[in-house]
Amino acid sequence: MTLIAISEPTPDPTATAPLVELLNVTCGYGDRVILKDVSLRIPRGGVVGLMGTSGGGKTTVLRLIGRQIEPMQGQVLFGGVDLATLDREALYAVRGRMGLLFQFGALFTDLSVFDNVAFPLREHTNLSESMIRDLVLMKLNAVGLRGARDLLPSQVSGGMARRVALARAIALDPDLIMYDEPFAGLDPISMGMASRLIRDLNHTLGVTSVVVSHDVEETFAIADHIVFVANGSVVAQGTPQDIRDSTDPLVKQFFNALPDGPVHFHYPAVSMADDFGLRARS
Amino acid sequence: MNWFNPVAVGMATRAWLIDVGDATRLFGRLLAVSGPTLRRFGLVTEQVFFVGNKSLSLIAVSGLFVGFVLALQGYYTLQRYGSAEAVGLLVALSLVRELGPVVTALLFAGRAGTSLTAEIGLMKAGEQLAAMEMMAVDPVQRVLSPRFWAGLISMPLLAAVFSAVGVFGGWLVSVPLIGIDSGAFWSQMQGGVDVWTDVGNGVVKSLVFGVAVTFIALRQGHACQPTPEGVSAATTRTVVLASLAVLALDFVLTAMMFSI
Repeated sequence: MTLIAISEPTPDPTATAPLVELLNVTCGYGDRVILKDVSLRIPRGGVVGLMGTSGGGKTTVLRLIGRQIEPMQGQVLFGGVDLATLDREALYAVRGRMGLLFQFGALFTDLSVFDNVAFPLREHTNLSESMIRDLVLMKLNAVGLRGARDLLPSQVSGGMARRVALARAIALDPDLIMYDEPFAGLDPISMGMASRLIRDLNHTLGVTSVVVSHDVEETFAIADHIVFVANGSVVAQGTPQDIRDSTDPLVKQFFNALPDGPVHFHYPAVSMADDFGLRARS
Repeated sequence: MNWFNPVAVGMATRAWLIDVGDATRLFGRLLAVSGPTLRRFGLVTEQVFFVGNKSLSLIAVSGLFVGFVLALQGYYTLQRYGSAEAVGLLVALSLVRELGPVVTALLFAGRAGTSLTAEIGLMKAGEQLAAMEMMAVDPVQRVLSPRFWAGLISMPLLAAVFSAVGVFGGWLVSVPLIGIDSGAFWSQMQGGVDVWTDVGNGVVKSLVFGVAVTFIALRQGHACQPTPEGVSAATTRTVVLASLAVLALDFVLTAMMFSI
């Protein structure tokens, strides 16, 4: 007689581990350091809002996650794998699990809306054209642009272009979707549409979302967790309510839109008297 | 640059070496991804249409005028020695050995090379290449390589068109205009032009020019600053570098072909 041991299913340790982790990362462009010794974790399944001052390093975090730039120090882990150790083939396999929505869409201007969304499917799968057609129309339907399939990027508005780019970014059903300033330059209707879309896609597809944005209200409305990046480091993080309650002067200045504070209105300069020659005249 | 400042000279040399290193690496990558590119030959034929077919009218018209001028100048010299019938041979040899490949390459640099540089540069400026990278699609394989092979394939074909139309232009001036015997015009050419040494040399030159001009154009677009000024400067550099490369390579190749 064979005894079959029935036990409780072993929990998958990767299910609770963060999808993306930055460990003591320092990086920049040339000699200019943008992020200094930054550590942060992006948990699976949620919407993380990456906020902060202009030039503070928010987009650089996205570039690091996609390994578009390499850290000078530290590690960037995706699914527990150090991205710096991957060769081109392995990196492309990891990027196949990511979708990045560029600030201005970065659509291929010589391809129609349909062909833009079909592009990753044609490049990475052997699906028949009829199957690709169905998938593309489903993705376009998800962003409300099924009827715009035959338009060229030059024939759609900025908000529509971003939605097409979003359809393209989700074409391969990624685990992580990164949004670089998805609300910038949008009218209130498009902005509301975009924020609802991000939340819905996150819920429907079960993906992890990272939203880089300056827009406080829209980001707070959809994010489960906020990371506030400024002057090359993480200044505060927590739930939207934690951030609202923060006593950090920089965070307060940012969220209350104060013109002066830790971030000065004036770029460092010599005194007015020196610049206008007032001292010499007097 | 101050040539007497060793620091400035050192920095410029280092920047130049980095540039050459990057270009060499890109060339190596283009060759490495040739297999996958040629397996998707539809991408190459699409680009042959853009860089080749769309240059055809310019090449044909230029070839016609070069043929006219060669016949006039050739007749002027040859008739002094009583060899005016050899004008057909002179026109044909000049075209297939030298002017066909060289002038085609120079025109190609101005017409297709600048268009390639601007296209790649604007794709870079619009983050299309970065988007491709993030979609796990190699831009060198998907964008640059088909254009590289298209340039390589188009150049000898365009040079052949240039030479053929040039010979026809030479015939128009020599026979109907000047009155040279048509039979003498063609028979001198038939007897004097060798397929392997003359036409073959021209084809080899065209292939080398095709590699040089197309690679320079693609490299300038790929390495340009992603700004309007950067793309504009890269386009200018394409014409200047490609033209100089064609003339320098022509001398080297001609010298080598003479020594064979």
